[in-house]
Amino acid sequence: MSTNNLTVEQVDDSPMFHMEEEPHHAPGTLLGFWIYLMSDCLIFAILFATRAVLAPNYAGAPLPIEVFDIPLILVSTFCLLFSSITYGFAVLQMQMNKLDGTLLWLGVTWLLGATFIGIELYEFSHLIHVGASPQSSASWSSFFALVGTHGLHVFFGLVWMIVLIVQAKKYGLTVANQRRLFCLSMFWHFLDLIWIGVFSMVYLTGVV
Amino acid sequence: MSKDYEAIYADDRWSPVFGKLSWDVIPYYEPILLATFIAVVIGGGALVGFITYKKAWSYLWTEWLTSIDHKKIGIMYIILGLVMLIRGFADAILMRVHQSMTSSGGEGFLDAHHYDQIFTAHGMIMIFFVAMPFVTGLMNYVTPLQIGARDVAFPFLNNFSFWMTVGGAILVNISLFIGEFGQTGWLAYPPLSGIQFSPSVGVDYYIWALQIAGIGTTLSGINLLVTIVKMRAPGMTYMKLPVFTWTALSTNVLIVASFPVLTAVLGLLTLDRYFGTHFFTNDLGGNAMLYINLIWIWGHPEVYILILPLFGVFSEVVAVHCRKQIFGYDSMVYAIVVIMILSYIVWLHHFFTMGSGASVNAFFGITTMIISIPTGAKIFNWLFTMYKGRITYELPMMWTIAFIITFVIGGMTGVLLAVPPADFVLHNSLFLIAHFHNVIIGGVVFGIFAGINFWFPKAFGYRLDKFWGQVSFWGWVIGFYLAFMPLYALGLMGVTRRLSEFPDTTLSGYFNTASIGAVFITVGIIAFFIQLYVSYQKREELRDDNGDTWNGDGRTLEWSTSSPPPQYNFAFTPRVHNFDTWWDMKQHGYKRPTDGFKAIHMPKNTGAGIIIAMLSTIMAFALIWHIWWLAGASFFAVIMASIIHTFNYDREYYIPAEEVEATEAERTKQLANGGLT
Repeated sequence: MSTNNLTVEQVDDSPMFHMEEEPHHAPGTLLGFWIYLMSDCLIFAILFATRAVLAPNYAGAPLPIEVFDIPLILVSTFCLLFSSITYGFAVLQMQMNKLDGTLLWLGVTWLLGATFIGIELYEFSHLIHVGASPQSSASWSSFFALVGTHGLHVFFGLVWMIVLIVQAKKYGLTVANQRRLFCLSMFWHFLDLIWIGVFSMVYLTGVV
Repeated sequence: MSKDYEAIYADDRWSPVFGKLSWDVIPYYEPILLATFIAVVIGGGALVGFITYKKAWSYLWTEWLTSIDHKKIGIMYIILGLVMLIRGFADAILMRVHQSMTSSGGEGFLDAHHYDQIFTAHGMIMIFFVAMPFVTGLMNYVTPLQIGARDVAFPFLNNFSFWMTVGGAILVNISLFIGEFGQTGWLAYPPLSGIQFSPSVGVDYYIWALQIAGIGTTLSGINLLVTIVKMRAPGMTYMKLPVFTWTALSTNVLIVASFPVLTAVLGLLTLDRYFGTHFFTNDLGGNAMLYINLIWIWGHPEVYILILPLFGVFSEVVAVHCRKQIFGYDSMVYAIVVIMILSYIVWLHHFFTMGSGASVNAFFGITTMIISIPTGAKIFNWLFTMYKGRITYELPMMWTIAFIITFVIGGMTGVLLAVPPADFVLHNSLFLIAHFHNVIIGGVVFGIFAGINFWFPKAFGYRLDKFWGQVSFWGWVIGFYLAFMPLYALGLMGVTRRLSEFPDTTLSGYFNTASIGAVFITVGIIAFFIQLYVSYQKREELRDDNGDTWNGDGRTLEWSTSSPPPQYNFAFTPRVHNFDTWWDMKQHGYKRPTDGFKAIHMPKNTGAGIIIAMLSTIMAFALIWHIWWLAGASFFAVIMASIIHTFNYDREYYIPAEEVEATEAERTKQLANGGLT
């Protein structure tokens, strides 16, 4: 667009006021999705801030250091981090236009994501069992809100992944499907980033 | 009248099938509500009957409800705003009349329980379902036309956003007849809005209406933002954007960067109410101050979301009706951006009295006062545009002049409130109420009427009647001053807000004057609807064949199209050299092309938006009334409908070149009729 701009400005005597041919607008989907992710990031920012403000308000409920099972969380953390890498492999396969490879890596990513969710559900039930429930104190309310919102995002990411796997199988790696897979890819990496924040700020600072 | 509200909504009334719903929650014992209900049933029945009689249902469905045309969606937003204006204004009238009666020692006709719901609903409706739809509607209609685009970046999403906003409005209106509304004020501060002190469904209506509408607003913000960034006509660099589009860009940045905060904070309040968590409760470590900080981190940008696009409207109106390029285009743009940024660092001035300490208060007081500098620059820009301009006193220009005078007064009282020690005296008094009505009516509402009068001919092909427009104008302007100047005085004398009665009879003169003001505003509103009707009747006389409605003084691209514009907006995408693109084209003797048309790529209509939005509304209703099976089922339906929608890959089509040619030939004929070429 900018190079085009220069050539037209030079012919100043008879400026052109419309395009004979339809100009090509770069599709805005990826930008739009990225802006959506940033707005989602703001929701997480609020939840992190809430956690920071309310974390010390235990009100007699168990302390994190008494109930967090850090090795287990480390396992689930690595599940999620590796799932980001495997999603990356899926995108590479997609760019080489290899459907089978794409689906294979998406499948691996899905399993890792599902494992993460499984461990999180186990952890939640354990915490509630030992008295660290969302109702027990503001501190634990803020914990469940932040970690739970992230988990909910991962869950919907998994549902979305199934839909895209079906669509890729059914219609192939069309331009539309590639764009969708790329949006989910951004979503997935974004959740990974958020989790790094959660792991550092909630779990690690909780046990030091 | 005195019902046992606690008992009606008590937990032991819950049933698995109907949740908390029962016959008792229908307020048939309130005569005002009963009469309203009968009026709504008769009016709604008449409307449905009329549409059926005209056999217009399928037309309505295919041409409007499922339309993804940004112009039609824009018009539907404005209609929503008008409908909800009547609702919000009815609340205002009730409050004014009641206060007049009680201030002279009478009983009034509202009990405190009802009065509390009315001021809550009035504030919430006026901001979210009147001002927001008007602003979004104007941006939706005008922005793509001004940047030379055929539609927005995500046309389906645009339709969906609109219906989500409607869903929220439907919930608020249902609360009139089933159950009750919140009694907490328009921002629902906890702990009052928590489950302990608001155990009924009122706050739940508030929360879910806002969540449903808020999703729509966020998505439409993303949509318009991408539209402006990606779909500008070739040559339209950022410093060549029309001023209105600049304000739309800034407003949508604010929407995307603030509405998620509202979503999050209302989500936390929901958890407190539904799951017994302790974010904002008084016990077990909750912190109500956190809510108040968070909600105003959204809330302050929100007021700039409302006013910025109207600054854009005034800029367009002044330039066209003074036949002059806007004075200081660059400074206008910088002022908009500075206001956009500053709006994020002033939120604490809404609660100076909550004890954040002198240093914090001083910081926020100073940032607040700084905002008046870019705003002042804009006022001077408008004045200098008028200076030595050839001013035509058309309706939009009258609204603009009324705005400049009124808004300056509101701005000055705002600076008064920004001084923390003064705020300690004025906080939560009627002075504050007068201040924000001063800027919202004097700025947003006047701007909306300027915008409607300005662009109506573009949208419908005929001008609005001037006489009734002037009646409406004077009704609003006189009414505003009569209704709110007394409130400044009352506030200074110590009357606080949200009181159903203030039994000091010496002040009744002020309250009565305010009520007379409300009567004038009523005249203004009724005159506006008469204006619409009369203009429709006289549409042949008022027809705009030119498309460049205002004496051919249009400056930006929307005036280069026919009125109303064709579905595809522009047969050829314009090429931009100047921020007053259309003016520039006219100066260079631009000739409209009459051949060489090509097929045009356009998005297809879809019913998915309205279906998913209405399912979401049902889900919200079920959640409000704790009907868990229905909530689960409709949530599942929302997900399934969304997934099914993604299996539809066939979303675009071509308007054939012959059809474009026929439309453009029609336009050539129309221009010839108007004596133009």
